[in-house]
Amino acid sequence: MHMADALLAPAVAATMYVASGTAAGISIHKLKKEDDPAKLPTMAVTAALVFAGQMINYTIPGTGSSGHMCGGMLLSALLGPQAGFLSMVVILTIQCLLFGDGGLMALGANIWNMAFYGCFVGYYLIWRPIMQGKLFAGMGAKAGQRARIILASILGCVITLQLGAFSVVIETSLSGITELPFGAFLALMQPIHLAIGLVEGLITAAVLVFVYESRPELLRDVDTSDKAVSAKRSLKATIAILAVVVLVVGGGLSLLASGNPDGLEWALFGNAEEGYSENMGLDEESFGVSSAAADTAGAIQEKTALLPDYAFPESESAVGTSFSGVVGSALVAGVAVLICLAGGFFRKKKAGA
Amino acid sequence: MNKMEKALHELAEMDELAAGTSPIHGLCAPAKLLTTIAYIAVVLSFGKYQLSGLIVMVLYPVLLFQISGVSVGSFFYKLRIVLPLVMAVGLFNPIFDRRILIQIGTVGVSGGVISMLTLMIKGVFCLMASYLLMATTPIDVLCAALRKFHLPATLVTLLLLTYRYIGVMTEELAVMTEAYALRAPGQKGIHVSAWGSFLGQLLLRSMDRAEELYNSMLLRGYHQHFHYAPVKKCTGKDAAFFLGCTACFLLLRFVDLAQLLGSLFVR
Repeated sequence: MHMADALLAPAVAATMYVASGTAAGISIHKLKKEDDPAKLPTMAVTAALVFAGQMINYTIPGTGSSGHMCGGMLLSALLGPQAGFLSMVVILTIQCLLFGDGGLMALGANIWNMAFYGCFVGYYLIWRPIMQGKLFAGMGAKAGQRARIILASILGCVITLQLGAFSVVIETSLSGITELPFGAFLALMQPIHLAIGLVEGLITAAVLVFVYESRPELLRDVDTSDKAVSAKRSLKATIAILAVVVLVVGGGLSLLASGNPDGLEWALFGNAEEGYSENMGLDEESFGVSSAAADTAGAIQEKTALLPDYAFPESESAVGTSFSGVVGSALVAGVAVLICLAGGFFRKKKAGA
Repeated sequence: MNKMEKALHELAEMDELAAGTSPIHGLCAPAKLLTTIAYIAVVLSFGKYQLSGLIVMVLYPVLLFQISGVSVGSFFYKLRIVLPLVMAVGLFNPIFDRRILIQIGTVGVSGGVISMLTLMIKGVFCLMASYLLMATTPIDVLCAALRKFHLPATLVTLLLLTYRYIGVMTEELAVMTEAYALRAPGQKGIHVSAWGSFLGQLLLRSMDRAEELYNSMLLRGYHQHFHYAPVKKCTGKDAAFFLGCTACFLLLRFVDLAQLLGSLFVR
């Protein structure tokens, strides 16, 4: 899910930097308030572990394919959302700087897509409500706890990864650099990340259950006493929260994916254009009914017809048009080659001397 | 050599590169960091059909590669994972954008092809710039520079510690996977049944390690923040590098050098 620099417009990249920077600032502030300096090395080592863990590929039985984990949920379950978020920030920064995984300008967006959802949304809306709830209480204290961990891990990974994938699509579309239609891109991204999220959820659940069995005190919001779980939130409240999350995420995403990509595309791109602002006022229902999910091909065709109206700059500024531009580019390439040759020449001379 | 050992090797390679002694290595880290950011911002701001203007931007990485003596081959080796991704997304442009923009002889080149090329080149250039930064600047010097820009100490310390510990954890992992592979010959990856205990075991070990690490840090006088070794001060030369480069970037952004050069020869 790491986005490359070339996919993002500077304005989008900067916005995402501000958003992620704010989240990081709040996290740092909160950690400072907690004043637990011993946490820093723990964070560093767990971050290093997740980083290393991302390198092992797991066989997915039956499919012949493999996946690797991402780690946001795992980190926030172990360290808490703020510390987990900062650890993810560091992991993504190192990946970007040393392995070229995701661009430097796109770092803000990548942090948002992979760390923010996994840590904050995953922790506050999924992990904590489930862990503090009374779900599976009938299974006995320990078995219930285990079941809750598994449920929270899988649900958390799937939902946060879906949100992340959705953000990738939005950021790419807003940047307007690729011609990929919004709906088609969305239809590609969401199902793939559903599978990845499931695998990651299973891995996270397996690790956390192992930790729970051997050292439960390491996990956040897990009742380590052997007594019955003291619930701060009732089952009803938990289910209500979960239902809202599932409704918003599931309903929202499926609506966007299958409803009318065109309408959304217009809403996204057409704001500045006079002609389209009217279209945004169209009755959404009649619009959506006419363009069914199956008619994606037709929708794409319709869009290619629309594209020239707003996506193309005036040919004056499209420097690529003229032949002299091509010749000049070739000359620049020649100069670059000359620099290379000269550099090699001087270095050889130095080595010889 | 398994995957983990290869990654370790690559990390060590970067450290070695960063310890070089070229004029670029000698520049102060804040100047290099700012120049890299300026370069990436300018490259990204080119429009999707401004291919000829964008191509001129190749001069900066080419010059830096040459002066610093970092091999271009090592860069492309690192890029092998990322490049297909950028290309895969750009591939759709020629399909959706078919307006002919240039005629070369009888062959018409559509806007989609141009914007695809622009996208790929942008990706490569941005990666080159950040690779050059990392290959000419040791990580601790870079962290000290980040502190100079008043990035929160917590974040910078975490970055440095994590970087140092990636090597240790990867080594541990390499040993564990090697042992696993030896006991499960002919099996790709790690079987489902071992997922939890494998990573969990590693996690517990690393947590213990973190505690020891923290205790030893305390014994050596650690108190909330690191003291970085005195970093080279930024001089006029560094400022000149940053200002000169940024001025050139802006000039190349607004004046299409390729177009100008070409028009000298072609009418």
